[in-house]
Amino acid sequence: MTSGDYVPHAPGYVDSPGTKIVTQRFEYEDSYTLERYEATGGYQGFKKALTRTPDECHSITRDATLLGRGGAGFPAGIKWGFCPPEVWPRYLVVNGDESEPGTYKDRLLMERDPHQLIEGCLIACYAIGLTQCFLYVRGEMAIAQQRIADALNEAYAAGHVGQNIHGSGFSVDIILHWGAGAYIVGEETALIESLEGNRGMPRLKPPFFPAAVGLYGQPTIVNNVETLSNLPWLMEHGADAYKELGSETSPGTRMFAVSGHVKRPGVYEVEQGVTTYEDLIYGEDYCQGMREGRTLKAFVPGGASAPWLFPEHVSLPLEARPVGAAGTMLGSGAIVIMDDSTDAVRACLRIVRFFARESCGKCTPCREGTSWEEKILQRILDGHGRPGDLELLLDVADNISPGPYPVAADESQGLEAVPFPPRQTTICPLGPSSVAPITSALRRFRSEFEAKIATAVVARHPEISRDLDSNAEVKA
Amino acid sequence: MSRLSDANVALAKEMIAHYPRPKSALIPLLHLAQEQDGWVSNEAMAHLAELVGVTPAEVKGTCTFYEMFKLHPVGTYMINVCTNISCQLNGGEELLEHAQETLGVRAGGTTDDGLFTLEDVECIAACTEAPCIQVNYRYGLRLSHEDFDDIIAALRAGNTPDKLITANTGEPIPSHGTLGLARQHLTDEQTVNIIAPEQIHEAPVWLATSSKEN
Amino acid sequence: MTATEPQTETGVAINVDGVDITANKGELLIDAAERHGVYIPRFCYHPRMKPVGMCRMCLVEVDTGRGPGLQPSCMLPVSDGMTVLTESEVTKKAQDGVLEFLLINHPLDCPVCDKGGECPLQDQTVAYGPGESRFVEEKRHFEKPIPISDTVYLDRERCILCDRCTRFAKEVAGDPLIHFQARGNETQVNTFPDEPFSSYFSGNTVQICPVGALTAKPYRFKARPWDLTESPSTATTDAVGARITVQSSRNQVLRYLGVDSDLVNWGWLSDKERFNFEAWNSQARLTGPLLRGDELGNPSDDGDQLVSASWPRALREAASALDGVDPERIAVFGGARMSNESQYAWAKLAKSVLKTDNVDAQLGDGLDAHIVLGLPRATIDEVCAPGGTVLVVGVDPKETHGSLFLRLRHAAENDNTTIVELTPRSSGLSSYAAHNMYPAPGQLVAVVEALLAGTSLDVGGIDGPSLSSAAKALRSDQLTVVYGSGSLAEDSSVIEKALVTLADALPHATFLPALHRGNVMGALDMGLAPGLLPGRAPLGATPASWADAPAGRGLDTEQMLRRAADGGIDVAILLGCDPLTDFPDARLAEQAFNNVEHLISVDCLLNFTSTGADIVFPAAASATEAEGTFTNLEGRISPIARQVTPPGTARPDWMIAAELAAELGTDLGFIDLDELWADLASASPLHAGLTHADISNAGLDSPVLAGSSIDLPSPALVPIDGDEPGDGYQLVVTRKMYDEGTMLTFSPSLASLAAGASAAVNPDDLETASISAGSEVTLSNDIGSVTLEVVADPGVSPGTIAVEFNQPNASVAQLLDAGRIVTSVRIESAS
Repeated sequence: MTSGDYVPHAPGYVDSPGTKIVTQRFEYEDSYTLERYEATGGYQGFKKALTRTPDECHSITRDATLLGRGGAGFPAGIKWGFCPPEVWPRYLVVNGDESEPGTYKDRLLMERDPHQLIEGCLIACYAIGLTQCFLYVRGEMAIAQQRIADALNEAYAAGHVGQNIHGSGFSVDIILHWGAGAYIVGEETALIESLEGNRGMPRLKPPFFPAAVGLYGQPTIVNNVETLSNLPWLMEHGADAYKELGSETSPGTRMFAVSGHVKRPGVYEVEQGVTTYEDLIYGEDYCQGMREGRTLKAFVPGGASAPWLFPEHVSLPLEARPVGAAGTMLGSGAIVIMDDSTDAVRACLRIVRFFARESCGKCTPCREGTSWEEKILQRILDGHGRPGDLELLLDVADNISPGPYPVAADESQGLEAVPFPPRQTTICPLGPSSVAPITSALRRFRSEFEAKIATAVVARHPEISRDLDSNAEVKA
Repeated sequence: MSRLSDANVALAKEMIAHYPRPKSALIPLLHLAQEQDGWVSNEAMAHLAELVGVTPAEVKGTCTFYEMFKLHPVGTYMINVCTNISCQLNGGEELLEHAQETLGVRAGGTTDDGLFTLEDVECIAACTEAPCIQVNYRYGLRLSHEDFDDIIAALRAGNTPDKLITANTGEPIPSHGTLGLARQHLTDEQTVNIIAPEQIHEAPVWLATSSKEN
Repeated sequence: MTATEPQTETGVAINVDGVDITANKGELLIDAAERHGVYIPRFCYHPRMKPVGMCRMCLVEVDTGRGPGLQPSCMLPVSDGMTVLTESEVTKKAQDGVLEFLLINHPLDCPVCDKGGECPLQDQTVAYGPGESRFVEEKRHFEKPIPISDTVYLDRERCILCDRCTRFAKEVAGDPLIHFQARGNETQVNTFPDEPFSSYFSGNTVQICPVGALTAKPYRFKARPWDLTESPSTATTDAVGARITVQSSRNQVLRYLGVDSDLVNWGWLSDKERFNFEAWNSQARLTGPLLRGDELGNPSDDGDQLVSASWPRALREAASALDGVDPERIAVFGGARMSNESQYAWAKLAKSVLKTDNVDAQLGDGLDAHIVLGLPRATIDEVCAPGGTVLVVGVDPKETHGSLFLRLRHAAENDNTTIVELTPRSSGLSSYAAHNMYPAPGQLVAVVEALLAGTSLDVGGIDGPSLSSAAKALRSDQLTVVYGSGSLAEDSSVIEKALVTLADALPHATFLPALHRGNVMGALDMGLAPGLLPGRAPLGATPASWADAPAGRGLDTEQMLRRAADGGIDVAILLGCDPLTDFPDARLAEQAFNNVEHLISVDCLLNFTSTGADIVFPAAASATEAEGTFTNLEGRISPIARQVTPPGTARPDWMIAAELAAELGTDLGFIDLDELWADLASASPLHAGLTHADISNAGLDSPVLAGSSIDLPSPALVPIDGDEPGDGYQLVVTRKMYDEGTMLTFSPSLASLAAGASAAVNPDDLETASISAGSEVTLSNDIGSVTLEVVADPGVSPGTIAVEFNQPNASVAQLLDAGRIVTSVRIESAS
């Protein structure tokens, strides 16, 4: 496979230079079969893990600073350590409910390399004594479900999963579970509710993080698909090799999905921290820049929940900490590029509408507030805006996420960045996320909103328009 | 439109056995009911309530939370057109409008022949390949309006559209309700011992052994 | 408390709005603040349910050392050094924001809403809400109120989705029949189609709804809160004595509200307790005395109907009927529905003036008063104490003692209390019990002996392993027994002997009597039972204020009825009771009352038995129309309020006793309640030193009357007598919450809820008998027969058939004979 090629059997994935940890098998058309997996070093990391003590495996993960790839970026090794001692059983729940707009990488990993994920699950379960694992795949991902079902059947038959695996005394069950369409279930406490057969409504945490009180009230580790998919490579090559990739605080590689108005959108696995947004957006090995005749207007740097960044921010490295300090988040690795043809109001409404549709309805501010935001934006877009709507919109937003909302610096206006994360009057960040596009777009493109409202006011009150015309005549 | 068939009850029991608590199987079981009938009827919900030992009201509470479960009959093919941000930037909303014209129904509607239900959906995780759709959860990527019409025409003709991606080449597009064409099957000999958490009090044996060695 | 003061072991030092307070360890901030006078507004939080943090109204600014932030005070346990601002600008902005969000889709129909005037949402809005709405769009619409059960309506437009009703249904009642449906902005509460919220406890959801989304059929559009007056009182429906507030308007009781008493009902009521006051408002209430008379309304001894009469005339007639009658030929039935005071007055009239000991407040469906009063008593709190073991004998509290059931259920679900069930069939507690045993009729004593001996053999239809594992659970040093009469088809001596056997073998165990009828425990304490004097004392030492007392033990209800049937009773007095309906052996009761010369009834409403009376005195409803006190199953004594005046010339039961005594030429010694209480306190060692004021001043900490001078007989002295069982199936007859009782019949909202009787049979037996579930069967024996639908029920032991008592469609009493230990029946298809 040549660098920069589309991979036809993995639509969306684009190969690029550099070490590949989780997408290393994407070049094979049959990468999802056990035969191919084993022929390409599969289950070796797990076998190596079995030669170590569980504690040693946990230490390697901790030492490697393997950051969670779901969005929050919390180190997996430290999360594992939050399980209270002597409370049994403990469970592993794999978060494969990838639904953040702009994001897809877990789907590719599940479709293209399910055994790598299964192997990652085995390693995690072995390391911290998890006796059952539930692999929760998003409901709409039928192909991923099919591939994982096949892979699990193969893995059980081959003795990689089940009782006394390879005679090691280690036993675990991995169960394929699937959702039914609810973005909020990607939130880990909602994921657990859903796995218990309930409505996927988040539970309040703290004081109860899932690692302490999770599935069935038992200690539960919830890890993202990409996070776990790193483990086989990590066990095989060790923490030091892992840390040679990426930056000090964000070692290793990460998958980024770059979509929107670029020449070559795609999913790329790159080293974290050392690669920048600019590299991805403009690099010849990556997206190859904006489309002909277009310029960058704004971009979503880490999923729909992330406040937007603007052309002056492209030099930021793909690393959680600096991006957070800049007022947004690296999040789920989803980068959405908007060029100068983009209608900021329309784009803002579309993201807000998403959160309004996906609100679980539990917390009042989110249930009522996100829909209200959508209604205000819709009427501005539809030409029914009213004077004062923008202030109302910002105040409604403030009642969901009070105080200064995270936003990037805007030197042209002399405005400083407000660092991530936002404050919230809700249990989970869904409601506050709806504020991200509003504050981002209004701060930078307020005139677009105002113009729509002004047109609407003129349409409702033609006398104003005559006044404007006559003023124009006088001036002329 | 009814309770689960005997074969599906057997399957349901197998699925329930995968979980330490029966109610955990509820979402996969609702999919099973939808696979059987194309939608989820009250009778099916009441039957599932019996199978997992909860009230029908609790089953309905769960069922209605999730977008994919349909409480009324829908088309053989569920056409989900994504209009979320990445698709919007690349013509997703225009594709939806085109789809409405082609099918002659508004988003949410079902064609008179009962073949297609059209939906305006949130992100379906193929953002770089915008605009994209799913037909019964099989992807169509980077679709032009003509591509969309070709897909509809092929489905009407009973063919598998070549612009839809399936797990294996040449696989048919199953009717609405069927997701992956494979299921995980576990025999009793294969599973470790899936039991309620109350019945487990001790650290797993490999941890206990290793800490002794330490 | 100052910052330098050391933290006590249980105290947590926090600062709320600049004031240092000491909270309890583990306490939620919202509760700690409230205990110290700072009320944080809330809609979803309820202290008796798990917090969910949904409404977000209780957000306050909290600093735990990492800078201030908004936190829901209902989900936040206090921690040392926590600083809380409940009035800061940030807090106010957040709370105002939540309030506005709740209002944007809330209809503005307060003027026609039952909750108007007592609505937390309305109150908050008036106090802090925005003057006008910034929401210009169309509000959410739902079909206006839909009935979700026979007593509760749901208006989803008003609902603010606080999860209180749905949490109550699942967490407290265990009936998750209402649930959130749909998602996000479309979320609604609803039932499953054709499966209503038919919970015995549904009315509680109306009380805890923070808006007018849930309304109760009996109260809808009846009154506004500002029209209501109210008094603290005690529910008299069953022996739990749930604490309530009685509310009335224009001399009509309109509503009972549960009061959160820690000791008793935690604020909850069964629907029967909550709504059966409707009977007191019935048009059928007795408003004046009645006598036998002719069709022109003129009194006449051989008249075939009841006609109005004056009080003097009725009293005169009653006195003349009683005058000079041999005490052995007088029988007094009932009294368990009256207040303690009235029970005392009637006990004194019967035993001291009429000199008869043929007095029984229980109607053959209870247990020997000497055993009940002789057993060491437990409190509800002791029974429900965390980690204990509760043996439930006979009774099904869910059917007969609703708010006790909720306490037991809570203990089993949350406090690690082990319930061991030893009942004639499965009960409402079965799914919460760790051990379920349903002994064959008549075999209870053998099963108890086996449990005590720790046998591993099968006994009385219970298999050995079940017995030995239950026996293990009973080896708890924290053992209590909740008991009551079980099957009405089994002689009460079976349970009595079992209880005495348990008490004898397990001296550390304490017992909670769950007997039938409201103030039954007060009645026993006042001596309304053969062989007893007031104060749990045996006949013998006549109280100083009493002229006389019977020398020997009189008859119980069954014995009185037998003597009456044989023509041995001249005058029978019914104190608010209906033996023809309630006495299990219908045939015997009918024979008895056909042979009584004079029948006198004191009651609020005519019933099946009193319709045949010669003299009827109209009584004030003891629950709402007469001041008094109530003694619950623990022995806890609490006030009953006089909230409205009785209809017509109806008067309190005790007053009727005093007037009848006067007519007989005797002074009972009291003309008002103070004098009565003084007389009672001098006669009853149990009540000595206690005053009415003590009882009302105790508030919710009502005192428990402890101690008893009744000695528990040894097991050998409790015989099981009666005929041996015949062939065929053994009948089990149990009570349901809803039946054809007088109160329910006259309560329009509850009258239709009696579901009807069916014959419940073990599925294996049905298969053996080749009878299909759902078909009609006839149960018959040498006494009678009834035809019923048959249902398959694995909760019924093989070899038995379970039927509900006193239901509209069939009278299973037709099959019962009070003289038998157990009742055998045949079953056959009724085709």
